[in-house]
Amino acid sequence: MIEVQHVTKRYGRVTAVDDVSFRVERGEILGFLGPNGAGKTTTMRILTGYMPATEGRATVAGFDIFTNPIEAKRRTGYLPETPPLYPDMTVREYLDFVARIKGVPASERKQRVTSVMERTRVADMADRHCAKLSKGYRQRVGLGQALIHNPDVLILDEPTAGLDPKQIIETRALIRSLAGDHTIVLSTHILPEVAQTCQRVVIINRGRVVAVDTPDNLTTRLKGAETMYVQVDAGADQPGPTLAQIPGVTRVSAADGPSGGGFEVESDRGTDVRREIARAVVNRGWGLLELRPMRMSLEEIFLQVTTDETPQAAGELAGVAAAAQDASGSVEGQHQ
Amino acid sequence: MNTVRNILAIAGKEMRSYFASPIAYIIIGLFALLFGWFFYVYLHVFVEQSQRMSMMGGGNVNVNEQMIRGVLQNAAVIILFVMPMITMRTYSEEKRSGTIELLLTSPLTDFEIIVGKFLGAMGLFCAMLVVTMIDVAILFRLGNPEWRPIAAGYLGLLLMGGCFISVGLLISSLTKNQIVAGFMTFAVFLMLWVINWLADSSGPTGQAILSFLSITDHFDDFTKGIIDTKHLAYYLSFITFGLFLTAKSVDSERWRG
Repeated sequence: MIEVQHVTKRYGRVTAVDDVSFRVERGEILGFLGPNGAGKTTTMRILTGYMPATEGRATVAGFDIFTNPIEAKRRTGYLPETPPLYPDMTVREYLDFVARIKGVPASERKQRVTSVMERTRVADMADRHCAKLSKGYRQRVGLGQALIHNPDVLILDEPTAGLDPKQIIETRALIRSLAGDHTIVLSTHILPEVAQTCQRVVIINRGRVVAVDTPDNLTTRLKGAETMYVQVDAGADQPGPTLAQIPGVTRVSAADGPSGGGFEVESDRGTDVRREIARAVVNRGWGLLELRPMRMSLEEIFLQVTTDETPQAAGELAGVAAAAQDASGSVEGQHQ
Repeated sequence: MNTVRNILAIAGKEMRSYFASPIAYIIIGLFALLFGWFFYVYLHVFVEQSQRMSMMGGGNVNVNEQMIRGVLQNAAVIILFVMPMITMRTYSEEKRSGTIELLLTSPLTDFEIIVGKFLGAMGLFCAMLVVTMIDVAILFRLGNPEWRPIAAGYLGLLLMGGCFISVGLLISSLTKNQIVAGFMTFAVFLMLWVINWLADSSGPTGQAILSFLSITDHFDDFTKGIIDTKHLAYYLSFITFGLFLTAKSVDSERWRG
């Protein structure tokens, strides 16, 4: 339904989005996770045709957003970070106006406006001016605006930002109920939101995709493995195969590039392979320069990648970040 | 078909936002007041003049030539002051509040949005002119003016207003700040107004160029009741060019992000 291929966006010398590619299947909810300034909004703005990409292409509902923007936009509903409301219109007038410019036929307009107001629970404010709405209502009217033409694709930029806990739960339930009929991309920097609403997650940091997987897999991948960082001075030898032969080690990947001598060594969860690694390195007569669990740097990454909602969420978050980190590390390893 | 529907949707929205706020009523009301004042002053002068003429026995006074023309020229000056207040918010406000994201991600072309906004502002401008017709109606009731030159004069005002609106839209599309947009628009209007003041002392070529650029020189014939294709072409191409540049400005904004 949505296909993004090697999209890059540069503002002058700053690269906001760097070679991002992903796909979203029909009826799926994709979560876009990353810290503020990671490039989530820019990617969404490219997908909705608000701004063109510097490089790469994107198709929405089978239409290229650069060469056939009108058809693509006809099938897309978009909730920007700030709901785009006109303060001097009432909620009803506003939704009617949006229905008009989204091409809803005149005969269906009234009925669409009514049903959307009910679905997003703003009917009680139908004749209130948008300027006088509370943050929660604004967000919901914004969501209603995105739904008004019953689009195939919904792109929601932080749909739960600024809502109170009850509204957050309601909005998440609404979004889940929309999946199936609609393909949804939503961005957030809150991990539990992803776990609760999305079927697949794209983690983006500093404009790059660092992981794409289901929330469950991302967590399992972390829980199923322990990762050590090992730096070895092996002279002319290649330490990789030796490390991989150590019992309990499941994967070895180069961490610092071919010449760096740094490796990430993964092992089954619960087995501590530090002693074996040290012994193997010393037995071969190499110099063991560094050997440490990856935990510390994972926490750093976690701090970079996300902001926490609760301490418990922070724990989960570290998990996903870890998985993200190891995914990107192994991809780089393969390239070399 | 779709294009027309989209343009009307945008134009309607613009009109509604003018009339939902005090802007439209204040502008229409004050414009009517100033227009009425000038109308009264010119009428007063005209009546005195024609009395003097008839006391001296004969002589021909023409209400179109001696009164309407002056009123219309003064109306044009008021429009110069008022128009920036109409156009300054068109794009700036959408950019500031983020509603521009809604417009640019809807299945609308830039052309439809710009023409819609242009027509919305023209709608308010027409309402301003319609209200002044009360004064003209009084003149028709009491006197016997010729309607054709008056119609030509109003057409001239409409076209000149269109030029101002197209420049105003362009400038509004360049900034998020309404005050900046308003003042820049006013400065540009004024420049277009006075550009011919140096015409007489700048040699034959310079004179031709400067008075051709001046928005007022083209308006003058309309107040005399002359509809010259030369002036029509000037105003219409001015409007088209202004809207074209606005489209380019909106598009380049998109690329810069």
